[in-house]
Amino acid sequence: MKVVEKHPFWLRCLHWLNVPLFLLMIWSGLLIYWANDVYPGFFPQWFYDLFKMNFRLAEGLAIHFAVAWAFVLTGLVYTVYLFRTGHAKELAPRVKAPAHGLFSAAQRVAYTGVLAVAALEVLSGFAIHKPVQLQWLTRLLGGYETARLIHFVCMLVLSAFFFVHVLQVIRAGWNTFRAMVAGFEVRK
Amino acid sequence: MTPRQRTIRSFAWLLGLMILGAVFWWGWAKPRALTVVEGSGKLWSKLSDNRRLNTHPAPPPGKEVRVNGDIGLETPIDLARWTVDVIRDDAKPLRLKMADILALPKSETSTLFFCIEGWSDPLSYAGARFSDFLDRFGLGKDPEGGMYRYVGLATPDGKYYVSLDMESMLHPQTMLAYELNGRPIEVENGAPLRLVIPIKYGIKSLKRVGKIFFSNRRPPDYWAERGYDWFAGL
Repeated sequence: MKVVEKHPFWLRCLHWLNVPLFLLMIWSGLLIYWANDVYPGFFPQWFYDLFKMNFRLAEGLAIHFAVAWAFVLTGLVYTVYLFRTGHAKELAPRVKAPAHGLFSAAQRVAYTGVLAVAALEVLSGFAIHKPVQLQWLTRLLGGYETARLIHFVCMLVLSAFFFVHVLQVIRAGWNTFRAMVAGFEVRK
Repeated sequence: MTPRQRTIRSFAWLLGLMILGAVFWWGWAKPRALTVVEGSGKLWSKLSDNRRLNTHPAPPPGKEVRVNGDIGLETPIDLARWTVDVIRDDAKPLRLKMADILALPKSETSTLFFCIEGWSDPLSYAGARFSDFLDRFGLGKDPEGGMYRYVGLATPDGKYYVSLDMESMLHPQTMLAYELNGRPIEVENGAPLRLVIPIKYGIKSLKRVGKIFFSNRRPPDYWAERGYDWFAGL
């Protein structure tokens, strides 16, 4: 049995900071979406009732736009650290994933992909937040309605990632979970 | 430190920080969310010159204008007898008729009109630029000779009211409009005269203007009182 260092301290801090920020963004975003829920099937009334999301647009907007700054800042710090510490090499997809790496090929694709989707989520968010002052960005993303759809689809992808990620950790067990809290893994 | 001790310590830290975070969120941050948004709204308007146009290809002439909300429009209106009162410091209110507005230079533009609920609607409109209106009647100047910082507008019954920063009111697309999509404004869209300010969310584009006034202190605003960002800039 030996102890192997897995996740550095900065990464664990950002990871756990990101959890409440991400959930707040999703929740407040849904409070906003409720006011003009135009995409077919999203969401049935029972869903809004279950999470008490009716008639809370003002609250949703205030929280969404305030927390967004913290969310973006966390993402930026994470990205900078990822490259400055060389951690990006552990996550970048490879044609042949090294057998001894921390992450499998599927994980590499998922963790890199989710970062790209998060970046697109932020960009499309700015595009629909300031469609006049940032109209170059809104136009780049295909106009206001398209940017709004992109923002929504990215939210679905990020939420799906979140659920699968939690399920995978539950499946992988205690060792994996502890690694993200205490930083080390125990190997036989 | 044994792995076991390290695990216990790490989890204790995480739990402690989570509790601290929850206290911070509910006790401090959440009640201040709107203040943060208003602050960043000001920052946005400082970063750009606030003169950027919101132009969009015009919808087909006569296309129906999307209606949302009738606060301040519940009482019946006699369009022929409509007047607007402009409050002045040094004189009696200036009472203007539709003919006075129609005598101003007619401006036209088309835009994408944004609702804070999340929808947008192409809109063309015509009327008097608010800046032309101020110039023609010598309005908006405070006793020191500068421009007042805020403009307040209200419906005739006073049930809907907005306040806006003077800079945005002087934007070339800010108009007292009497035509929408090539037709005279319908009653439910704010006949006979409404504000259209396409660099802000539609909540600021007050229908059926009944009163206009100026101030250096921010006048009341219907939706700002109900938790929405006062600046509402796009």
